[in-house]
Amino acid sequence: MSALVEPQGRLEASLLTRRPAELVRLGAMTALASGFVLAIGMISSFENRLVIDPLLGLGSLVLSLIPLVAGGIVALPRARPGGSIRPWTVTNLLSSAITGGVGALGPIVIWWLAGRGPGLRQVLVKVSPELADFIALGTGGPLLMAGLFVVLAIIGGAFRGLSERLQRSLLLGAEIVVATSLIELIVRQVADRTGLRVVHNFVFVANSGLRPVGALILLALSVGVSLTLRGRTSGLSRLRAGVGEDAATKRRRLIIVGLLALILLVGFPLLVGTIVNELLANVAIFALMAVGLNIVLGYAGVLNLGSMAFFAVGAYTTAVLTSSNPPGTALGLSWWLSLPIVLALAALVGVLLGVPVIRLRGDYLAIVTLGFSEIFRILVLSDWLRPTFGAAQGIQRIAGIPIGGTVIAGADPRGMFYVTAFFLIISIYASLRLQNSRTGRAWAALREDESTAQSMGINVANAKLLAFVIAGIYAALAGSIFAAKVGTVFPNSFQLIVGIIVVVIVIVGGMGHVPGVLVGTVIMIGVLGGPRQAGILAELGEYKLLIYGVILVYMMLQRPEGLLPSVRIQRELAQDDRSQDAWFDRRGRMVDTEDDGTAGAIPGTEET
Amino acid sequence: MQPLLSIQGLTKAFGGLQAIDGVDIDIAKGEIVSIIGPNGAGKTSLFNVTSGIFPPDSGRILLRGEDIAGAPSHIITRLGIARTFQNVKLFPNLTVLENVMVGQHCRTRAGAWDTILNTPRSRRDERRAEEVARDVLSFFGTRLQGYRLDQPASVLSYANRRRLEIARAMATQPEIILLDEPTAGMNPRETLELAELIGRLRTDRGLTVVVIEHEMKVVAAVSDRVVVLDHGIKLIEGDYATVSTDQRVIEAYLGRPADAEQSA
Repeated sequence: MSALVEPQGRLEASLLTRRPAELVRLGAMTALASGFVLAIGMISSFENRLVIDPLLGLGSLVLSLIPLVAGGIVALPRARPGGSIRPWTVTNLLSSAITGGVGALGPIVIWWLAGRGPGLRQVLVKVSPELADFIALGTGGPLLMAGLFVVLAIIGGAFRGLSERLQRSLLLGAEIVVATSLIELIVRQVADRTGLRVVHNFVFVANSGLRPVGALILLALSVGVSLTLRGRTSGLSRLRAGVGEDAATKRRRLIIVGLLALILLVGFPLLVGTIVNELLANVAIFALMAVGLNIVLGYAGVLNLGSMAFFAVGAYTTAVLTSSNPPGTALGLSWWLSLPIVLALAALVGVLLGVPVIRLRGDYLAIVTLGFSEIFRILVLSDWLRPTFGAAQGIQRIAGIPIGGTVIAGADPRGMFYVTAFFLIISIYASLRLQNSRTGRAWAALREDESTAQSMGINVANAKLLAFVIAGIYAALAGSIFAAKVGTVFPNSFQLIVGIIVVVIVIVGGMGHVPGVLVGTVIMIGVLGGPRQAGILAELGEYKLLIYGVILVYMMLQRPEGLLPSVRIQRELAQDDRSQDAWFDRRGRMVDTEDDGTAGAIPGTEET
Repeated sequence: MQPLLSIQGLTKAFGGLQAIDGVDIDIAKGEIVSIIGPNGAGKTSLFNVTSGIFPPDSGRILLRGEDIAGAPSHIITRLGIARTFQNVKLFPNLTVLENVMVGQHCRTRAGAWDTILNTPRSRRDERRAEEVARDVLSFFGTRLQGYRLDQPASVLSYANRRRLEIARAMATQPEIILLDEPTAGMNPRETLELAELIGRLRTDRGLTVVVIEHEMKVVAAVSDRVVVLDHGIKLIEGDYATVSTDQRVIEAYLGRPADAEQSA
């Protein structure tokens, strides 16, 4: 074991957890990160949203997370194989303080630049005297902020000294508090309709965040519950893994979960108002695209960045067929009549686009599909097709979706959500059936090893094309509903970024796993907001893309399998760990390797 | 009698390297033929061309008298030639059962619509794929049974991976099975067991077997006929006794004494 561990003698003797240069480097990263978020104005604009009214704004929260995390990181020496050499001690907080102190240079420099430094406003509009005031915290100088950075870093470091169990519970509690605060609007609307407004008023400030009392109660409750329940979760994880369950139990559980989901799906929109229903409808439309993309990306492993093209085909076809005032001849079809035409056309476009390029592999195919959405947007914008698609003017007066005697359109987001959810359920059902079938196995095989799949008798090009076309049909369906919802289509509603965000949704949620994809959609579209649609966090506004990027990078580094991963993808990503570092767990302790237990095999021939 | 598989005048070059240089081999139904030769003799290239991974430069590959040279590998698999790979190529994250069920892909027809609508055809195909997979796995005794069925292929031992690869090839229900060094990396006991298994592929399953093998004990035990390749050329073919004493074969493996041109 000792051969694996770097010589630690020098560090053992020193007061610090790392070499001073390393502490300064981490401090500099803290300074850069905090300076950056301040300079782009993210912090001051997030501050308008209060997490705890009137104590803590979202901006302050984001800003304080930076020294907190940095202080926490340096409070313990780097984990090495064989476990931590040096336990947490109070003296480790010195390292946290140094990092926090260096990190405080970030706000100090920005304060100076914003207040009296050279005029940076030409380049960074947000570096203004107001920002300097924000950093000064009403003192006229940045020293209080600098002191806060050091204190926060020390708090972060002290946090690491708690027992692991307490750390987890506290983190969970903090997460629950923040999350609850952010859904104030939804809670308020539900409370209004269920006569529980009194409860809401006790916990929340209307149109803002939690009251301090509410936050405390929530924190205490969640930490308490999580502390008592911890250790008893093995039953839950066993349930999730489906171990020791026969098919009948599994089936019964599936039915119960399905029924609950259905009740929630029908009931929840009734309890909330227009804004939240609008959100729900957007989430459902994006979920439709994401479930489709999951087939091609998650099941078949083909990176398709062109779902936007199909979304646009669906929207424009619906527009041309159902608008009462299109640039060309008005056909005025009912939305339901236009639907089969839309889907058939999407399949046709999928085959036409797919056949020439589907033989490309991996990244090459991704680049080509990236081009599809741009081609479509440029075609629609062109003068050549103006008589049909109206170029930049787009197509207006698209009819809604007639059901019974009424027509459901954008003005009725609740109805729109129900319609979309109906199609979403059908799509999810189809997608789940496909996953565990002859077709699904062929996709899984080609995702793992394309040439071997072909050697085993799978027509790889056909299988890929099928996944590509099905994803295209899903996206076109989403586009068609989108057109009916919005009532107008313009070329600029169909930016490339939408297709990329759907890819991010699938990756963040968990490739190849439909529940994961749905969770991903709720978080990305419902909470953060779509490229043009505001989410619950409407304050994110122009910083949304930055946050998408941060989330994507974080997920790729820390949780590449997604939030709710499929078992198979998890295996795929853990494969390298298994073959190389199987005997160390994440913290570097030795772990028992799973015994393959081959009957009759000679010891030493088994690979673990 | 018409041979089941007839390779005639096959050539394949990779750049300047003539991997296969005019090879003729006839394989009759029910035969077990070993292909041996020193490293780089073109044995695996012969399998790759036969199974459609690469098209040949020239020559014919007649399966039941029909030329299949240059057909893509999924077609060749459907026509009845299955194979395993020298450097085991499983689908590591699919379970053992799923790996084998993939082999049934070319023998079933249920499409996306059948699956979504759960048509009788889809149900029948699923049932059939699983039955065939379980049957094929039972061929290996208790090695790939029980809890193993639901384990991902990546956790299997090396020997079991090789067995699983053979099972997957068998699940395509071929007439001819091409085994590329099936005993590589196995210990003596496992090697012996596999040699017996190769024999049973013919007696129990009625398969015709072509096997590339370095382990001469296995070659001696299983083959009706041995083909020796060297530098892409067929050196000699015949029964094991004839081949193993042939001067040219010994030279190919060990080099000619006092001749600097060739080395082992």
